[in-house]
Amino acid sequence: MSGFFRLEGVRFAYDRSGAPALDDVTLELARGVLHAVLGPNGSGKSTLLRVMLGELVADRGRVSYAGTEIGDWSRREIAREVAFVPQAEPLAFPMSVRALVEMGRYPHVGVLGRKTSADGAAVEAAMERAGVAHLADRSITTLSGGERQRARIARALAQEPSTLVLDEPTAALDLHFEMETFELMRALARDAGFTVVVATHNLNLAARFSSHLVLLAGGKVEADGAPREVFRHHTLERVFQWPVAVVPHPGPGPDEGSPQVLPLSGSS
Amino acid sequence: MSSPALKLAALAAGCVVVFAGALMSGPVRVPLSDVLGSLTGDADATARTIVLGLRAPRVALAGLVGAGLAVSGAVFQALLRNPLAEPYVLGVSSGAALGAVAAIVAGIAATSLVALPLSAFGGAVVAMVLVLAMAGAHGSGLDTRVLLLSGVVIGAFFNALILVIINFADVETFRTAMLWIMGSFAGASREGVVSVALYVVPALVCLLLLARPLNLLSVGEQSAFHLGVDVVRFKVLLYVVTSLVVGVCVAGSGAIGFVGLVVPHALRLVGGSDHRWLLPASALCGAMFMVAADTVARIVVAPAELPVGVVTALIGVPVFLWLLVRAESLG
Repeated sequence: MSGFFRLEGVRFAYDRSGAPALDDVTLELARGVLHAVLGPNGSGKSTLLRVMLGELVADRGRVSYAGTEIGDWSRREIAREVAFVPQAEPLAFPMSVRALVEMGRYPHVGVLGRKTSADGAAVEAAMERAGVAHLADRSITTLSGGERQRARIARALAQEPSTLVLDEPTAALDLHFEMETFELMRALARDAGFTVVVATHNLNLAARFSSHLVLLAGGKVEADGAPREVFRHHTLERVFQWPVAVVPHPGPGPDEGSPQVLPLSGSS
Repeated sequence: MSSPALKLAALAAGCVVVFAGALMSGPVRVPLSDVLGSLTGDADATARTIVLGLRAPRVALAGLVGAGLAVSGAVFQALLRNPLAEPYVLGVSSGAALGAVAAIVAGIAATSLVALPLSAFGGAVVAMVLVLAMAGAHGSGLDTRVLLLSGVVIGAFFNALILVIINFADVETFRTAMLWIMGSFAGASREGVVSVALYVVPALVCLLLLARPLNLLSVGEQSAFHLGVDVVRFKVLLYVVTSLVVGVCVAGSGAIGFVGLVVPHALRLVGGSDHRWLLPASALCGAMFMVAADTVARIVVAPAELPVGVVTALIGVPVFLWLLVRAESLG
């Protein structure tokens, strides 16, 4: 099935009297592409994802996925199309990595359905792809933050969706895990045809790895387009309230020449 | 490591042993051969009267209530992601007891198949709503300590209301009402077993079938939502069904505490927290635990007897405190 999000004039406020967290957001996210959602803290990145995914209902405007309004999808139907990787999640009781990844089969199996060999194969393939196959029998409570995040990515892949949405997946990870995660997201979009939407604070990796950036500020779309169009130094300075220089990536490698942000000293 | 199915089979075998032991023990000791004979119709009239007439309804009621309370405890713990949540600690049992006492004093409990369980269910729902509202009103999310405090305080309030109500009742009603506060299977009858089974068995089957989405709740409501669970509707369903189980159990035997805490906790240590194992295991182990506790309550101070709630509290409170200390040290 086709996979793309469309938002038209979306407004959302957490509390009726307060300022809106999203204001008049109109966006189209194409299929089979890695999209990055950027912006300062409190700019509405998480809110945008939650409205897109139907977790929050827009006060005004329309949100649709694959041509159908997000509220018209049943929870299980949409979970077979769109998988979400949260920034963190509570864990009251310990469980194995495999048990966590098997949860991704719920939208396919349902409350009473029998698990088939196809479900088992999807779980193994997802763990393989996310690089946690060797951790399958470990308890997730014994994993590092990076390994746990990959187990959650594996669970999302086990849903066999066409779209993957990730909320700051690398926020607490070291350079190695962060690069691996971005490489994986790019490979999923480029080689496997996934639509990937990632909210992130890492401007430079977003500019290198994604083909479409959405820059939010104060709940509004400040810029929306290819990295070179969005990474203009005056736009970034205005949005982040800090002097920056935009320089080309020195290479070597496939990302040579992609725009990179260097924050300057505050007084310059 | 044995498979979950093997462990469940072992628990089922344990149930048979404990039930048989309970049918044998009491002021008059009935040998195993006579117990079996009573069940098949071969024993003499005295043995049959004792086993089938007196002890069997009591064992059956204790088993049903134990299963119901243990499964409810496991479900509350998953719903609230809090290993200390339990119908009695959360005040839900006291709400149910108030509902039951109100029905008795109002004189509408005579049709006990419907009016008594349903008013207990109503009381359970009111208590649940109050506790959740109080815990939720305190900042964002459900704070563990606020939740438990709310439960204890609301439970105390409902117990006070029960005492107020029964002061206006006659002596016989007073005696019955005291049972609801302390919890006892002394009044077990065949009709009582039927009226409890009628609600508890289908409700438990329903909860057992929901094990899979219940597992998803353990990784948080947001993740469960994105994995395909309609979280709001699912939670409402679980609260209603568990309140029904608690209400009916309390209507049958009074507010018996800590079974829903001790049993799921012990089982998690033995077999993990996958609800496809934990819920059926809680049903079996809860039944076994309650029948054993009731047997102890019957024989330990014979010819008098202890309220079974005293026995479960003596075991449950230390476990609760140990869990509380451990939860605090984990932050």
